[in-house]
Amino acid sequence: MADLRELYQELILEHSKAPRNYRALEAANHKAEGYNPLCGDRFTVYLKVDGDSIQDISFQGSGCAISKASASMMTQSLKGKSISEAKKLFERFHQTVTGQATNNSNGSEAEVGKLAVFAGVSEFPSRVKCATLAWHTLQAALDGDQHSISTE
Amino acid sequence: MTKVLHMSSNAGSTAVREIAGGFDVEQVRADFPILQTKAHGHDLVYLDNAATSQKPKVVIDAITNYYKHENANIHRGVHYLSELATAEFESARKRVQAFLRAQLPSEIVFVRGATEAINLVAQTYGRANVGAGDEVLITAMEHHSNIVPWQLLCEEKGAKLRVAPINQRGEIILEEFERLLGPRTKVVAVAHVSNALGTVNPVATITKMAHARNIPVLVDGAQAVPRIPVNVQELDCDFYAFSGHKVYGPTGIGILYGKSALLEAMPPYQGGGDMISSVTFEKTLYNRVPYKFEAGTPDMAGAVGLRAALEYLEGLGIENVAAHEHELLEYATEKISALSGIRLIGTAREKTGVLSFVMEGVHPHDIGTILDQEGIAIRTGHHCAQPVMEWFGVEGTARASFGLYNTKEEIAALVHGIQKVREVFG
Repeated sequence: MADLRELYQELILEHSKAPRNYRALEAANHKAEGYNPLCGDRFTVYLKVDGDSIQDISFQGSGCAISKASASMMTQSLKGKSISEAKKLFERFHQTVTGQATNNSNGSEAEVGKLAVFAGVSEFPSRVKCATLAWHTLQAALDGDQHSISTE
Repeated sequence: MTKVLHMSSNAGSTAVREIAGGFDVEQVRADFPILQTKAHGHDLVYLDNAATSQKPKVVIDAITNYYKHENANIHRGVHYLSELATAEFESARKRVQAFLRAQLPSEIVFVRGATEAINLVAQTYGRANVGAGDEVLITAMEHHSNIVPWQLLCEEKGAKLRVAPINQRGEIILEEFERLLGPRTKVVAVAHVSNALGTVNPVATITKMAHARNIPVLVDGAQAVPRIPVNVQELDCDFYAFSGHKVYGPTGIGILYGKSALLEAMPPYQGGGDMISSVTFEKTLYNRVPYKFEAGTPDMAGAVGLRAALEYLEGLGIENVAAHEHELLEYATEKISALSGIRLIGTAREKTGVLSFVMEGVHPHDIGTILDQEGIAIRTGHHCAQPVMEWFGVEGTARASFGLYNTKEEIAALVHGIQKVREVFG
């Protein structure tokens, strides 16, 4: 059960039950839908971008605890960030959930901040897509790809 | 292949052996090497039998033996091994014929699986008989493999795919089904047992309704063949499809049963060797049935493995297997529906093998991961039947599906695992 507690951290469970920024964003100028056909998870990510700055970000949709908490925490950590910061954070986050992040020293865990709670996902390869779905959707939205994206 | 019947003679003994459905489950379990597996440090509890079944040693041995002692290409060689391999392959066909109670061995076509069997019918019978404005009738509970082949056909021909509705229990509404049988209906395709819900459909009645209007019926038997006795002549269906790997046999082999007259009249499926009787660059004459539908070197080892699987199943007695799984399903239904926050998806009066459920506040994927840590293998998601999931208003379910080697202890482990899910999610 130690492994499971690594995956289902309190913060993750809490966000999955009460997701933040869970709404449609009327003023959004970037938006994309992400879909994982294997488990049916589906999220829409909304962004209001001014110049290089993410002024507001929100999401809606449905999915498992990991994907929903990840989407929720992503919106929290990106508000007010620049686009390049957002992309860099995705890179770091991806390293975290795939176990490629260096743990100690000045490694990326420090940079990902609270998102480090997702490190346990790396022990569950089938769940990496759950953790990254919202982030892939974010990327599609930022890249102006208005089409639905899929993990498959 | 005879199994010892253990009579419960020493009642009151502390050693409880599970004697269900006329065979000794512990003895059966010993026939399946993979059941010794440890998963995340726990005894494997394999409850994903609707996805694929595990293989008894006799099947594994039959395949090994084929490659060690019998392998050659069939229907062509004049040499010893080729004749041996041909005899083995054709004896497997006869075994399938007997298993399905078909009239003739030539009504048994070897394919890769139920999916290919359905595609074969759609692409041969379907293309020859379904035209613009015609209709193909399926049901709302079909697996994608009994939806998409017909969709492809309908798109190509400008025909319409009609879907017979189901009720809240997950049963076909027969009156609605009958109403949808119209003058333009050219084919009916229906699952014998639903993979997502476990519903056993009244395919004999459905066939009767369709035949009254001269419409042929294809039955997708992938989930039925491992767990209920099938007699295609009694069902009177025109086509019956199943997969080897779901019936304790190997992957890569499956069966299409078709009534002789229909198979004879159908154009070939794929072109190649073995399906011809003579070839010139001007004209090719096709081989007789079933070879007309078996282009290329078939999966001979798969056929031999399937024969061993069917013999194994018949050795236990399919009625005994059905009784055993029914007992497991009743036990699991009682225990799991007693847990709080559980909703069963699929509560048909005629049901077998499958327990699909959703849990309030917990996504099926999370249930699957937590159970996996307990060594329990279930399937989560839409089970390749997205339309029926949508109908029930769920994105997916957690599905436990039973096999002949499952025990009540394993169901108790499942119940315990579900309680653990509740602990994690609160």
